[in-house]
Amino acid sequence: MADNITIEEVKLKPKDFSSSQDVRWCPGCGDYSILAQIQRVSPELGIKKENYVWISGIGCSSRFPYYMDTFGMHGIHGRAAAIATGVKIQNPELSVWVATGDGDSLSIGGNHFIHACRRNIGLKIILFNNRIYGLTKGQYSPTSEKGKITKSSPYGSIDYPFNPTALAIGSDATFVARSIDRHPAHLKEMIRRAGKHSGTAFIEVYQNCNIFNDGAYFPLTDKETKSDTVLILEHDKPMVFGKENNKGIILDGFTPRVVSLTDGKHSLDDLWIHDEHDTHASRAHILTQFAEFEHLPTPIGVFRHIDKPSYEQDLHQQIKDVIKKEGEGKLKDLLFSGNTWEVN
Amino acid sequence: MKKNIRELSEVTVRFAGDSGDGMQLTGTQFSNTSALAGNDVSTLPDYPAEIRAPIGTTYGVSGFQMHFSSSDIHTPGDAPDVLVAMNPASLKVNLKDLKPGATIIVNINSFDEKNFKLCHYESNPLKDGSLSGYHVVEVPLTKMTAEALKDSGLSPKDVARSKNFFALGLMYWIYSRPIEPTIKWIEDKFKKKPEIASANKKALEAGYYFGDNTTLFSTRYKVNPAKLPKGTYRSIEGNEALALGLVTASVKTGLPLYLGSYPITPASTILHELSKHKKFGVRTFQAEDEIAAVSSAIGASFTGALAVTTTSGPGLALKTEAVGLAVMTELPLIIVDVQRGGPSTGLPTKTEQSDLLQAMYGRSGEAPVVIISASTPTDCFDVSLEAARLATKYMVPVLYMTDGYIANGSEPWKIPEPDSIPEMKVKFKTDPEKFQPYSRDENLARPWAVPGTPGLEHRLGGLEKENLTGNVNYDPENHEYMVRLRAEKVKNIENDIPELKVEGSPDSDVLVIGWGGTYGAITDAVHNVNEQGYKVAQAHFRYLNPFPKNTEEVLRKYKYIICPEINMGQLSFLLKGRFLIEIDPFTKIQGQPFKSSEIEDKIKAVLGGMNNG
Repeated sequence: MADNITIEEVKLKPKDFSSSQDVRWCPGCGDYSILAQIQRVSPELGIKKENYVWISGIGCSSRFPYYMDTFGMHGIHGRAAAIATGVKIQNPELSVWVATGDGDSLSIGGNHFIHACRRNIGLKIILFNNRIYGLTKGQYSPTSEKGKITKSSPYGSIDYPFNPTALAIGSDATFVARSIDRHPAHLKEMIRRAGKHSGTAFIEVYQNCNIFNDGAYFPLTDKETKSDTVLILEHDKPMVFGKENNKGIILDGFTPRVVSLTDGKHSLDDLWIHDEHDTHASRAHILTQFAEFEHLPTPIGVFRHIDKPSYEQDLHQQIKDVIKKEGEGKLKDLLFSGNTWEVN
Repeated sequence: MKKNIRELSEVTVRFAGDSGDGMQLTGTQFSNTSALAGNDVSTLPDYPAEIRAPIGTTYGVSGFQMHFSSSDIHTPGDAPDVLVAMNPASLKVNLKDLKPGATIIVNINSFDEKNFKLCHYESNPLKDGSLSGYHVVEVPLTKMTAEALKDSGLSPKDVARSKNFFALGLMYWIYSRPIEPTIKWIEDKFKKKPEIASANKKALEAGYYFGDNTTLFSTRYKVNPAKLPKGTYRSIEGNEALALGLVTASVKTGLPLYLGSYPITPASTILHELSKHKKFGVRTFQAEDEIAAVSSAIGASFTGALAVTTTSGPGLALKTEAVGLAVMTELPLIIVDVQRGGPSTGLPTKTEQSDLLQAMYGRSGEAPVVIISASTPTDCFDVSLEAARLATKYMVPVLYMTDGYIANGSEPWKIPEPDSIPEMKVKFKTDPEKFQPYSRDENLARPWAVPGTPGLEHRLGGLEKENLTGNVNYDPENHEYMVRLRAEKVKNIENDIPELKVEGSPDSDVLVIGWGGTYGAITDAVHNVNEQGYKVAQAHFRYLNPFPKNTEEVLRKYKYIICPEINMGQLSFLLKGRFLIEIDPFTKIQGQPFKSSEIEDKIKAVLGGMNNG
């Protein structure tokens, strides 16, 4: 289903999306990579520049709208999805994007996040997950691992973390993906696909905070280890990973297992074939759990992509249906409705 | 049987029963029919927060009071002339409010040991002499209803549920009211349940004819039509009028109406009403919480809607931070607060005026908003239009205060001709030439440039803005400049609103001031006192921020100022702080509106003290 957006021949360049404001993230921050990829993708989606709207909450990631030369609003902590919902309802023609972080969307804004997903409102939510509170200078976040030593957890955090993709799938988001700031080509592709999706599109971006949580994703980005630790999901393809594509995933009942493709026991035909469009969310949910287990690779790519009518489509359809049936509203009829009487 | 008909100028009636007895419905029907008969009507629903409290207990009692008259009235009546008590608990709860010598119609079938025990009556009040000062009429309501419906085929439980219609029919007979409007209403309401419709109609008719045939009543009463100004009327509740006002404002501004709301008593009926009006393009969004409701409205406002969020005190507290964002982003936004008893969950179904200071100061930083209030159910329509006018003209959030009393109360409304309501068309910024998001017009309003407009791409946000460019700015001087500018913008609105009007006897020593729902009680009290030969003036505030330009001038004219409020003196506090003028706060915090007699007594006490001193 194509997004309900006016698509014309628009010849824009990445720099057309760069605002006049100096970017003020720390040098080396993963946010730069996300900004660069979004500015690269934006001209390619066939959307007029004035139809882009970027909404954010509070946190490092939420400075994002200031750096995009589009309409935008830097909102209040946790409420970006709610503000963006009002934008999208008021004008479904707009392409509405949310820049948010793990604290912003999963802690203070958790409620708005799950309800946006549940409604399938047409927002593209890009969650910059650095597993730390950066702007408040280094407290543990709702995605920090248990036991993490931070300024507010000197003896180790006792919180269990959220798994953002699992939360999104559990909340019935219709497009759920994950990427990594250090994998620009992959990140760009995920953003492009989110941009084309008509319901709620969610991308969790593993983003390195080099000041307060440096190296959080090191094994997934390091040249030596990444091919063994990262599984790139591709629709309709067997799940293969490893330096020489020598490993694969099989689904044994509900249990995923790593198998060797070189020991003669398993072949490509035995492997789990990824189906983004699976109507049942259960297999996508199993994929979200990989990251919790050391012996399994961390998947990136599109976990789930299904189509169903978006909230704003249904809302405006209801209005159209009522007008078709009853005609456009007339003030005179409205005010003079009910039991009226004359005083002479 | 020949019965006398006596003419009365006004009557106050209260229906009371269990919260499942249908008293709100019965009262609404009676008041609507009285309005249709041409009376002036004012109503006061009073119900518990529990949907169905245990049957027969005092805390499950639901009441509906109405005052109907052949002249202009402003309140639902101080003390009922007639109480219809469906059970002992409702008698127990309501007895203290009645006029001396009032008529009490009781459902005698419910006066048994079991019900006495449930409401802790130690003896039968009908027999122990405790009602000796009243005119008690014992009607076998349950039994007569069962008799009338014996062939209906309905279960005894369903039959018993029709007894409120029997009571209503009887009251229609006593007050010489037509039953046809209610029959029409029943047919429409129970269209899909014809057996229930038929039972309710039969019970209504049976009640009416019972009055004619019984020897219990020898007299019928009649209240002649009131001399209201010429026009077409309907009966309307405050929240309904408020909602219709918003739809009208949407048409008049040319902006689609957006409501972001989360259900909360007593504001929810605005959401219900607006969700019906899709053919006007109204977008209603039932959000996941109060914060999402207001935040989404800010997003919709940014995108060019006439954006509204509706709530009550606890919800307003949750919206606080977002309202600050609307102040900073200088976007038009209407925040409706239908006040109820607080703090915390407080008294959800009871009225209060205790959010004024929250409205004025309840945000971080220096965050002025426009505050306006409605004073009667029908005034809610006009105030909706005014809220929309000010929000869109000045690009400011407007806090619109009403309360549970006027939200649920109803009165006849002279329906305005839509063409007579001024247009207030809004023009968005479209010209990209030298566009600056925080440039100012003569009203200090910044341009409204909505997403989708080529060349006007810009960013808003909660961080301090540089004037003109709207860029984030941390300069000390800029911050002070912007804080003062936002305040000045709101203050300047005093040049665009009517002056404070003095009514009653303006050339007196005593002035009674108020705001919001106390208008009716104050007006009646001032009127009565003036009728009795004293001299008292009255001034009622619609605009609370900014105050009307002549406020200080008016207040300084009087030796003594009384300010009745349903709080601990919040308007008094604001006025004293602003003008250093002595004000006597006359307060009541019982979840109930003022009776006009309470204010009348207060005025007389003040006058007496002045004469003696």
